[in-house]
Amino acid sequence: MTPTTFDWTTFRHTHLRRERVLGVVYLLMGLLIWFLFFPSVEPGAQAKFGLNLVTAVKPPPLPDLVVPARGTILLVGLISAFIGGYQLARGFRDPQALMGVVLILFFVAFIVWATAGKSFNLTGMLASTLLRATPIAFGALSGIWCERTAVINIGIEGMMLSAAFTSVVVASAVHSLWWGLVAAMITGGILGFVLAVLAIRFRVDQIIAGTAINIFAVGLTSFLSSSWLSVRQDLNAAGNFKPIPIPVLAKIPIVGPIFFNVNIIIYLMIGLVILTHIVLFYTRWGLRMRAVGEHPKAADTLGINVYFMRYVSVTVGGVIAGLGGAYFTLGSVGRFDEAMTAGKGFIGLAAMIFGKWTPIGGFIASLIFGLADALQVKMAIMSVPIPSEFLLMAPYLVTIIVLSGVVGRAEPPAADGQPYVKE
Amino acid sequence: MAPVLELRGITKRFPGVLANDHVDFTLEEGEIHALLGENGAGKTTLMNILYGLYTPDEGEIYVRGKKAEIHSPADAIDMGIGMVHQHFMLVPVMTVTENIVLGAEPTRFGPFLNLREAAEHIRELSRTYGLEVDPDAYIRELPVGVQQRVEILKLLYRKADILILDEPTAVLTPQEVEELFEVIRSLVARGNSVIFITHKLKEVMTIADRVTVLRQGRVVGTTTPAETNEQELAAMMVGREVSLVVDKAPAQPGDVVLTVEDLHVLDDRGEPAVRGVSLEVRAGEILGIAGVQGNGQTELVEAITGLRPPLHGHIRIKGMETTWATPRRFFETGAAHVPEDRQRDGLVLSYPVRDNLVLNTYYKPPFAMGFLIKEKPIEENATRLVQEFDIRTPDIYTPVSNLSGGNQQKVIVAREFSRPIDLLVASQPTRGLDVGSIEYIHRRLVEKRDQGCAVLLVSSELDEIMALSDRIAVMYEGQIMAVLPAEATTREQLGLLMAGVRPETLSQPVETVEES
Repeated sequence: MTPTTFDWTTFRHTHLRRERVLGVVYLLMGLLIWFLFFPSVEPGAQAKFGLNLVTAVKPPPLPDLVVPARGTILLVGLISAFIGGYQLARGFRDPQALMGVVLILFFVAFIVWATAGKSFNLTGMLASTLLRATPIAFGALSGIWCERTAVINIGIEGMMLSAAFTSVVVASAVHSLWWGLVAAMITGGILGFVLAVLAIRFRVDQIIAGTAINIFAVGLTSFLSSSWLSVRQDLNAAGNFKPIPIPVLAKIPIVGPIFFNVNIIIYLMIGLVILTHIVLFYTRWGLRMRAVGEHPKAADTLGINVYFMRYVSVTVGGVIAGLGGAYFTLGSVGRFDEAMTAGKGFIGLAAMIFGKWTPIGGFIASLIFGLADALQVKMAIMSVPIPSEFLLMAPYLVTIIVLSGVVGRAEPPAADGQPYVKE
Repeated sequence: MAPVLELRGITKRFPGVLANDHVDFTLEEGEIHALLGENGAGKTTLMNILYGLYTPDEGEIYVRGKKAEIHSPADAIDMGIGMVHQHFMLVPVMTVTENIVLGAEPTRFGPFLNLREAAEHIRELSRTYGLEVDPDAYIRELPVGVQQRVEILKLLYRKADILILDEPTAVLTPQEVEELFEVIRSLVARGNSVIFITHKLKEVMTIADRVTVLRQGRVVGTTTPAETNEQELAAMMVGREVSLVVDKAPAQPGDVVLTVEDLHVLDDRGEPAVRGVSLEVRAGEILGIAGVQGNGQTELVEAITGLRPPLHGHIRIKGMETTWATPRRFFETGAAHVPEDRQRDGLVLSYPVRDNLVLNTYYKPPFAMGFLIKEKPIEENATRLVQEFDIRTPDIYTPVSNLSGGNQQKVIVAREFSRPIDLLVASQPTRGLDVGSIEYIHRRLVEKRDQGCAVLLVSSELDEIMALSDRIAVMYEGQIMAVLPAEATTREQLGLLMAGVRPETLSQPVETVEES
């Protein structure tokens, strides 16, 4: 055998280049923080952050958080630059995880810059983040239930919209928000089941089946709402669920008003995140779900009914999407408007992917999207000199970066989207 | 005592095919019963019926003397029947424990998994049967030999005592096969009964207590290894006398046709698959590349044939640089490729035989004039080749997807061999074919060699490599372990090299043929 002239260690080093690139990126982020935010802040300006939220339950008031704007920006930029420098010189064990840290640093600098010389209610923004994240999280959870058994549900948007509609009509007709909630779940469940039948029984292309559900939902609800609800205004006035403070917990500063004084649908969402996590990773049903999504034939040969698993999981996914739909109406404005889901179902799917098909990951991703949304509104009010459209773009840019595999690759369930054919 | 398992008059029809025709089969307690037959003889169909994946059209199954109704794998498992499928049924992203308990999960407090208890139980089982495996390892990180142990543990965990092993040795090295046989023997020693499905005669002679031969869905006979020999079994399996050896004259190597120099290639995941392979193939010789599947052979062939760009190194055909060649340039140098996955890389399944026969020449005269395709020469070409290569097809307009595996392979062979070629790269050319087709392909390969063609043969069937090659290169983890003259090489030497034992450490020194 001739000795090899090719040096694998050199090759490995070229692969390590990516880690160098990350180092440079972190360093540049530090510099960017200085150059973007430092010069335009008045020397001596202070950023004032309010930590109290005016609600019915009053936790003990906290003093405002006041920081010197220039100093904070300088410090935050320095930390980012240091992380980059250390990465370049020595290297961290998991340099990719630091991406999150650096992004948070950038975000802090941005907020401080925007607030310099003004005041900003931090708790208020975080509370609004959770509200805006709720429908997205429902979308992500619905997607997880479906895709973990390898059925792609692109119809979440349509399921939400239909459920939003029926929940209002039923709640208005019988004067009970609870029946409205039930109607939303049934609507979502039926559409989920329809998707399951199309995808499993008839092996229709799942993207097309889901898209059909979306188009159907937009068409039907718009028609009914303009031709019928506009006449019967009484059927479009359901009212909404009021926040329920949880004793003791609601009194915790900051956390209390954000998490423990919200309405029932948001509690349901948080409960579902935890429940889905437990079901998926700690129960027999979850193990079987994951097996069906990864290698249906293996599950089949062990006596697991692949079709049954998929029918049930996709229908549950539909019910969850239905709850998400009810949030738009019963959980916030109390009435139905055409196309009111505004793409939140699709963003939910992005959150699912961002969160690597896990409930907790999906929830965190939803919070990031929710944060961007909340921030955008806040910034518009504070008249920050950035067009709000650019702020709106940020989370999607992050999504594209994540999906393109720059920051770790997300692996979908192996059989995702493939119909299972028994021999 | 009633046999553990008895099949009576099992018949299964598929559209146009009688897959099982009144098959009778008995399995006694504690025996290893080999089910021998060619691909398509109905072995797997029969076992899928037994395992509840298919429903028979006629016939009855008796388990321990009692009539059994098996409608699903769940029923089979309940009756103590377990099956290791030819393609492993394991979820790569799950742990060994999760894979083993799937479908029979131990739980506590209602629906909650109790994986710790399961892992303990699995450790115990693997100690008892000598099936060493780490219950917490992820499947995707395990070599195939260990994955197979997981499959067997899956059956034992379910307390199956009738074990069906479908072609279990296909993916193993000769040493791993030995280990598997040890495990099987220890299984029957503990009162289990084993059905061993195979088409390899040697294995039947080694491991089986009894053997039943299937041909075209019918039982040809049942015998024991003591009462028969390989020649006789082969005749039973094929239905006529077959020659197990390939007749060939000594090679007369000419000029070097293919040169590969220090080639490095990455696999699909970006991991190094070929690491520094150098070899030469001369006109008029067959260089066989032996090795267990997945040791870089696929990537090596893909790099040579222009399907995968190499990372580093050189490939030359007749002195022309073809390192970064496209498949078309590869063909135009006068080279031919019989790909490993014939349905994916060798044919367009939905195209008729006629078009598949000109897939790499359709753009040249006489089949094309400028950018126009000429129908007549293409049809004439097809008619001639179908006759010459004995392709069994209703007509030249039939889509190749309707042809049997053997005839699909003949289409590829006809296409590649009918051109004037100096180099032939054949990868697993007889995989999944019946003995008749194997004989045919082998004869054609030797014929090409004798006409002065350089042949690079890649195969994971050791017998095939030994029967055809003039020189044998053994590949292990992306490297050539040694290049040996075929006539002076034993199975044992090859087996050790395939398992990664360095030639210099072999007790019997192996003469390494230097390339330069």
